[in-house]
Amino acid sequence: MSNVCLRDLSINLGGNEIIKDLSLAVEEGEFLVLLGPSGCGKSTLLHSIAGLIDVTAGTVEIGGRDMTFADPSERGIGMVFQSYALYPTMTVEKNMSFGLRIAGTPKAEIARRVARAADMLHLDALLERKPAQLSGGQRQRVAIGRALVREAGVFLFDEPLSNLDAKLRAELRRELKLLHQTLRSTMIYVTHDQVEAMTLATRIVVMKGGKVQQIGAPGEVYERPQNLFVAGFLGTPAMNFIDGTLDASGAFTSTSLNLGLGPRPGQGEVVLGIRPEHILIGESGPFAGTVALTEPMGNHQIVWITLGERKLSAIVNDNRLFALNQPVRFSVDTARLSLFDKRSEQRLAAS
Amino acid sequence: MTGRSNTQRRSRSHFSPARLGIYAFLLTAALFFLLPLYVMLVTSVKSMEEIRLGHIFALPLQVTFEPWTQAWSSACTGLSCDGIRGGFWNSVAIAVPSTILPILLGAINGYALSFWRPRGSSLLFGILMVGAFVPLQVMIYPLVRVTGAMGLFGSLSGIVLVHIIFAMPVMTLLFRNYYAGVPHELFQAARIDGGGFFRIFAQVMLPMSLPIIVVAAIMQVTGVWNDYILGLQFAGTDNYPMTVQLNNVINTTTGTRMYNVNMAATILTSMVPLAIYFISGRWFVRGIAAGAVKG
Repeated sequence: MSNVCLRDLSINLGGNEIIKDLSLAVEEGEFLVLLGPSGCGKSTLLHSIAGLIDVTAGTVEIGGRDMTFADPSERGIGMVFQSYALYPTMTVEKNMSFGLRIAGTPKAEIARRVARAADMLHLDALLERKPAQLSGGQRQRVAIGRALVREAGVFLFDEPLSNLDAKLRAELRRELKLLHQTLRSTMIYVTHDQVEAMTLATRIVVMKGGKVQQIGAPGEVYERPQNLFVAGFLGTPAMNFIDGTLDASGAFTSTSLNLGLGPRPGQGEVVLGIRPEHILIGESGPFAGTVALTEPMGNHQIVWITLGERKLSAIVNDNRLFALNQPVRFSVDTARLSLFDKRSEQRLAAS
Repeated sequence: MTGRSNTQRRSRSHFSPARLGIYAFLLTAALFFLLPLYVMLVTSVKSMEEIRLGHIFALPLQVTFEPWTQAWSSACTGLSCDGIRGGFWNSVAIAVPSTILPILLGAINGYALSFWRPRGSSLLFGILMVGAFVPLQVMIYPLVRVTGAMGLFGSLSGIVLVHIIFAMPVMTLLFRNYYAGVPHELFQAARIDGGGFFRIFAQVMLPMSLPIIVVAAIMQVTGVWNDYILGLQFAGTDNYPMTVQLNNVINTTTGTRMYNVNMAATILTSMVPLAIYFISGRWFVRGIAAGAVKG
């Protein structure tokens, strides 16, 4: 187990500045998820930790040692790739033991480690197969196994579940979480899938344009997004945003919705953010709108409410039936709103 | 209804004028290319008396394999009368190293260009490609001087070296393009596993290169086997390849022209490339069509 510490990291690729002055400390045993849209530099950051990309400035420390210029194999890392990257001409067993054989590990030790990884990942029956004879889920299991046998201090995952279908993805996601609970190793995981980020992470790093937007526990990032980008990126359906003004007494006014929020810092042009689950449809609600669309999800449904010129999404956790254009009343959980400054897009420090 | 439309479609596809035109074209094209081969085969099994009758398309009245044995073991080239068998073995001795070495070097080049991308590699590759467009004849004199200075002129190593040099652009391009289709993550995974330059090449990349190796081998063997001018220039009299010996047999200026022996010698010489195409045709297409191996 080791920690990872990035200091003032800058990375240029082909003349473009992908990452600039980024600092990040990953603690021992942490499951850190780098989350962001494609092109935000999260994969580049992971590759620089692995030593597959040269950094332009700054340092990479792994386990307290400066590894900025170390060879990938010397860094004490194991890595899992999106495309599995299994050696096509080698059997599962040879795939997993390749690194150990290069390192000259004794045969008995190799056998022990491969057996252990195969046991953890249910690969025992597949050891003599070639990658072409495996399904996508099995291939990714082998790739994880190949990282495991290195018994590295840090495991790096580069969108490992993106090539799998939804069911397998959920299954392997749970296995990864169990694996982390068993091994307690440091894991750094890159994804653009917020479900993976929320379920797996002990901490999430939300990135955009090579910059860190927010770092925090999944619940914290979800409940108190630091800016409009983070607020809009996390959550399905996305947070409802309403432009309006806030006066000194804490009254929010807009063309569609007026709310008394009580005295709070900040005033002027603001954006109000409401999560769909905090819009509560009920007879006694102070606001009125009409149903524009419902999306039944089985265990819950998403109701889109027309309010003035805009539509708000609300999550309803029962199977009430809503008719098109049916008038509904709803209330808003004011304690869990987010308010952002319209110009800076930053969160207004709240109650 | 369905049956009727089926038969209609079938009959139309067989006898439509367009179809007939295509078949007519294919038939004439086949005749055009097969006729010389037919004449060669037929002439090579006739006796000289029969050839003098002048019916070059006629089937032989009496089949004789005498010209074939003569061509192989006793036809005269200049002063010696040993046939072209010596040339055959010379060609084998030239073709084997001139196939294995360029493939190995081309594979290493392509691998380095695709995965390691050393500084200036694309410039180097560009220069190599320009080299492919310079006519071979332009380089003969400089190469004579170079091999001469190295003491390799007129030797087996000399001709092999020259073949390696001329094969480099195509071999490099072939392997570079093949490896461009291999996911970069595979290489990165091998790097994390601790593989160095040659280990990743030998244990990961080379084993998955079989289809392209076959293509490269076919191109190289036929190219080297059919080469005349380089063999004539650089191999030296002891190592003349089969093509040069064939020329000497046919262009001999003394005695009668033995057409049957000439034909037999020519067929013998072209046997190797022909056999390779027949045996490996399927592989050849497969390798060209393929990104073949998926990670």
